[in-house]
Amino acid sequence: MLGVSSRLHWLSPVRGWRKPYKQVDTTSQTLLDQDYPSTLESVDDAEAAILRAAADVGFDEDEQHRIGMAVRECMVNAVVHGNRYNRNKIVHVGVSKAGEQFTIRIVDQGEGFEVQEVPDPLEEDNLLRQSGRGLFLMGAFMDDVKVHKAVPEGTEVTLVKNVPPPQ
Amino acid sequence: MSVKLNTRQVGDVSVVDVSGRITLGEGSSALRDTLRDLMAQNNKKILLNLSEVSYIDSSGIGELVSGFTTVTNSGGNLKLLGLTKRVKDLLQITKLYTVFDVHEDEAHAIRSFA
Repeated sequence: MLGVSSRLHWLSPVRGWRKPYKQVDTTSQTLLDQDYPSTLESVDDAEAAILRAAADVGFDEDEQHRIGMAVRECMVNAVVHGNRYNRNKIVHVGVSKAGEQFTIRIVDQGEGFEVQEVPDPLEEDNLLRQSGRGLFLMGAFMDDVKVHKAVPEGTEVTLVKNVPPPQ
Repeated sequence: MSVKLNTRQVGDVSVVDVSGRITLGEGSSALRDTLRDLMAQNNKKILLNLSEVSYIDSSGIGELVSGFTTVTNSGGNLKLLGLTKRVKDLLQITKLYTVFDVHEDEAHAIRSFA
């Protein structure tokens, strides 16, 4: 798989800047490992499950809201644009915590897409488009977003949020 | 909580009180239907009161933009009232805050249609 986040120059809300995160503890703890059917109900279910995990890890209400929005956008992309509501296809969701990183992996079984072909929603000509903001919002609300072509098919999106230090 | 919409008339302005979540599915389609009905009845001065909206996703943003474009292209005005901090932040992040005419006070918003 080839990470392409470095080419997503507009993915971060402040271009060319990305919040740093340290990798201290490499011990990974699985918080969620679940397959969901390709329905809109799955969007709500996955969002709720991940928000519970985020609360357990210690994210405050505002950060939970941001994580929830990013997850919703990603799940909608997977169900609607990736799997196209196909009942024979699933969306896999994995959530883990390793050190200071809260990582969400969402994998669909769709045809995939070329990230660099997604128009920048902040360009003036695109501002009034009805769609095309999902990927941008993931970048705005998370500390890091990576989009890969999954093997043998589909798209894998990794959303990372830095875990707040214990009070 | 899903979305609830209630339309009331203040002079020649249609005020749509929206509450709940405007997300893909029922929420965004309900908003689309309401705006379409208002346009069909030739109501071209529309004020969307979003003060009780807790959550909007990109689909909801898309419906706001689509509604704004449709009403504007028909010679009307669609304005927003009472944004919560989260909705305001979302419109600012997406650079749409300055596209919409946003008001905090209903009476002031109603007068602005004159």
